[in-house]
Amino acid sequence: MLEGLLIGLQTALSIQNLAMVIGGCLIGTFIGMLPGLGPMSIIAIMIPVAISLGDPSAALILLAGVYYGAIFGGSTSSILLNAPGVAGTVASSFDGFPMARQGKAGKALTIAAIASFAGGTIGAILLMVFAPMLSSVALLFHSAEYFALMVVGLSAIAAFAGTGQVAKAIMMTVLGLIMATVGEGALFNMPRFTMGLMDLQSGFGFITLAMAMFALPEALFLVLKPRQSKESDGDIKDLRITRQEARAIAPVIGRQSVQGFFIGVLPGAGATIASFLGYAVERNIASKEEQEQFGKGSVKGLAAPETANNAACTGSFVPLLTLGIPGSGTTAILLGALIALNVTPGPRLMLDAPEVFWAVIMSMFIGNLVLLVLNLPLIPYIAKVLSIPRNFLIPFILFFTLMGAYIGQNNATELLLLVGFGICATILRFADYPLAPLLIGFILGGMLEDNFARSMQLYDGISFVWERPMTLGLLIIAAILIILPSYRARRARLRASGIADGD
Amino acid sequence: MALDRWIGLVLLGVCLIYGYAAWFTMDDSLAPFMQRNPIWPSTFPKVLSVLGILASLFIVLGFEKGEAKVGDIDYRKLWEYNLGQALLLLALMAAYALLLRPAGFLLSTSGFLILGSVILGERRIILTVIIAAIATGIVWYLVQVILGIFLRPLPLFLGAT
Repeated sequence: MLEGLLIGLQTALSIQNLAMVIGGCLIGTFIGMLPGLGPMSIIAIMIPVAISLGDPSAALILLAGVYYGAIFGGSTSSILLNAPGVAGTVASSFDGFPMARQGKAGKALTIAAIASFAGGTIGAILLMVFAPMLSSVALLFHSAEYFALMVVGLSAIAAFAGTGQVAKAIMMTVLGLIMATVGEGALFNMPRFTMGLMDLQSGFGFITLAMAMFALPEALFLVLKPRQSKESDGDIKDLRITRQEARAIAPVIGRQSVQGFFIGVLPGAGATIASFLGYAVERNIASKEEQEQFGKGSVKGLAAPETANNAACTGSFVPLLTLGIPGSGTTAILLGALIALNVTPGPRLMLDAPEVFWAVIMSMFIGNLVLLVLNLPLIPYIAKVLSIPRNFLIPFILFFTLMGAYIGQNNATELLLLVGFGICATILRFADYPLAPLLIGFILGGMLEDNFARSMQLYDGISFVWERPMTLGLLIIAAILIILPSYRARRARLRASGIADGD
Repeated sequence: MALDRWIGLVLLGVCLIYGYAAWFTMDDSLAPFMQRNPIWPSTFPKVLSVLGILASLFIVLGFEKGEAKVGDIDYRKLWEYNLGQALLLLALMAAYALLLRPAGFLLSTSGFLILGSVILGERRIILTVIIAAIATGIVWYLVQVILGIFLRPLPLFLGAT
């Protein structure tokens, strides 16, 4: 591990990669602050730039920096405007905005910065410990286990993403898998479902799909319903926190770093769930007097979600780096970028490309430090981005979305596909269909079919399911993950109707 | 019928067409030696079509009764939002896609940015033109010169390659 750390440190501290971390964090902070643009949209927009770098370490370091920066930027607009830039920082506005209204905006931003730094750093330490362990276990896996593991990942994402509406999430996952079968696959070397169109020979473009699923609907939602920005009452001058406040938030940061990290590791449960759960747990274990402060400007109420969301972001890298399975929409986009750069994340990543694996981990420490040192004094100036008029902002967002798809494929047909898919994605969002499972299904589709086919060929049929106990066990877990949420939702509904009937 | 069930119906249609292609058309052109394999190019699509049909039927028949959620935008009152602006911007994006090559990057992009701002209500035309021109120039320089990705700058009729 020490050797890996040194390789990672050497790679992450090169001038180019340091510039990538700093640049990524600043870009992420700026764009993450804009209400409506989540980390998935920002990363999707940045992918063509990252791919054009040609160096997988630099590309992943840049994209990871953008990711943390976006989460950090989202907190700033949550606290100052009560308009969270990203879903993972919604819980931060519960106590952050009341603090800003009380004239403690600077203090709130400091707490957010310290909590984010601690959450991200502790998360990176946990990643350093757990990722190699999981990698060595995953090396024992065969294609049958990989196939089953991907089914578990997809089921968990469907179960989490569509809380109470699992069928919709499964439908979206299947749709993503169906879209992945379009084009000439590596396995059979024959075109499938191309309808004779040359442009579909190589399948749908991943960047086009990512932009269409996230960036375009977000921008269209901003057009349809402009958000009302409220002036911050807080004066961003006094950034200091007292010793008493530091003592109060220290145990919260410790607990939420660990809890947030492990929630982030779970497929489908990302920064949003981690932040809400972190807030709820801290509220429940607080004393009676402290509980009353929650929602009115409690420092604990702000520190909890801020720590948890950053730790969860780091945790979501565990399944991506060790198993090659993305646990969230954001890491799915990162996986797509890595595949485009000819790097296949998974248990062999540590052996085949240690400089990528360790450089990403080391850049997380550097990125968190950059966010703390650089952004905190600059926050009053960076916050000026919130005053860009939407008349200029939205055309630029749409333009960067179009350029991202065009540069990725150098094909104008991609732009028409982007508009078409974007309209479909917006309609799906109206009807509350989750879009992240679709993208994850699309990215995992090729690998899933590949492992399924290899297992079928090795065992001359489907017998690998019952002949390999671990495969069977994983598939049973997948089935439970699908059935359990629906069963629990049904029971809760029946209980509620029973109470309503006076039963 | 609610929008999510209508969408479920459309998805059911997509899965049926996909399933028809997978079950009845794909294997016709399969070479005889491939037909002895335990897995064919149509195997995975066949499984997916069955899963897709089942999931969409589940939605269409309303077996899973989730709470009807109204998010940021209530689609039943769509005309109360800036629908015209959104549709015009979508049309502008499609026009940009069609004109990018024939009109060249500089003209189509500055036009897109200016018209986009005007559609959203911007009336300071000179300021809009200056911002669009500067932004277009910077992006073209970054993409063409720094990243080395070719973008035809001028329209075809000016003889630009």
